[in-house]
Amino acid sequence: MGVLIEKTFPVEAGAYETAGEASTTIKRTLKQLGVGAEVLRHVSVACYEVELNLVIHSLGGELILQVEPEKVTLISKDVGPGIPDIEKAMTEGYSTANEEARTLGFGAGMGLPNMKRNATEFDIQSEVGVGTTITMSFALK
Amino acid sequence: MTIGEVKDILEAKVLIGGDRMDEPVDTACGSDLMSDVLAFVKDKTVLITGLINPHVVRTSEMLDITCIVFSRGKLPSEEILEEAEESGITVLSTEMTTYTACGELYVHGLPGTKKRAGAEGA
Repeated sequence: MGVLIEKTFPVEAGAYETAGEASTTIKRTLKQLGVGAEVLRHVSVACYEVELNLVIHSLGGELILQVEPEKVTLISKDVGPGIPDIEKAMTEGYSTANEEARTLGFGAGMGLPNMKRNATEFDIQSEVGVGTTITMSFALK
Repeated sequence: MTIGEVKDILEAKVLIGGDRMDEPVDTACGSDLMSDVLAFVKDKTVLITGLINPHVVRTSEMLDITCIVFSRGKLPSEEILEEAEESGITVLSTEMTTYTACGELYVHGLPGTKKRAGAEGA
């Protein structure tokens, strides 16, 4: 079976005011499709975390939502700056977030580990100076 | 416990969701760090926080948190309240500090959230 729905949401770097709007739309879209509450929460949390990461850390990027009968996939692609040490970035409590993000209640170094915990499958690829791609899938059955 | 009981225990004002006082709540958490809030399972949960910005509402919507209590008498802006209304989240404001509000709810039998969010912990 192919992809039933594919939607792309551009995410602007530093747009703290609107951060989370894509995640809200994605959550409401999936809810309308009848995705169950528990899976929906896993997708929503991971989506919100990755969207915030794009706003806080990236130079801009996009979120892609794909819905298939068996799974939901979220892909986050940005245009840099890339993560020098992925292992370190995946450690709980490690954060390079700026003061503005911390003032809003973020930047505790929980984002990437929390995405991994919520997703059924999690993959991160990053190259300094090129960008980061995070692919997460969530089993529906 | 119901949201109405939470309101009474915390001597709180209802800012949004006056018609939802009969809704049940099972757990509570107190935090100003939305990163941490996102890392714990929330269902029928009350969030007590001294942090006021739209991300408190957005974080709550992602986690299906049903009720937000702003502590120390803080009042959110109209924009934040509108967002909460749209998300169907009840908003209360109490004069108590976060610590006291958590303590009051705890001694009245509302437990804290324990489980980690995520596929392996849920």
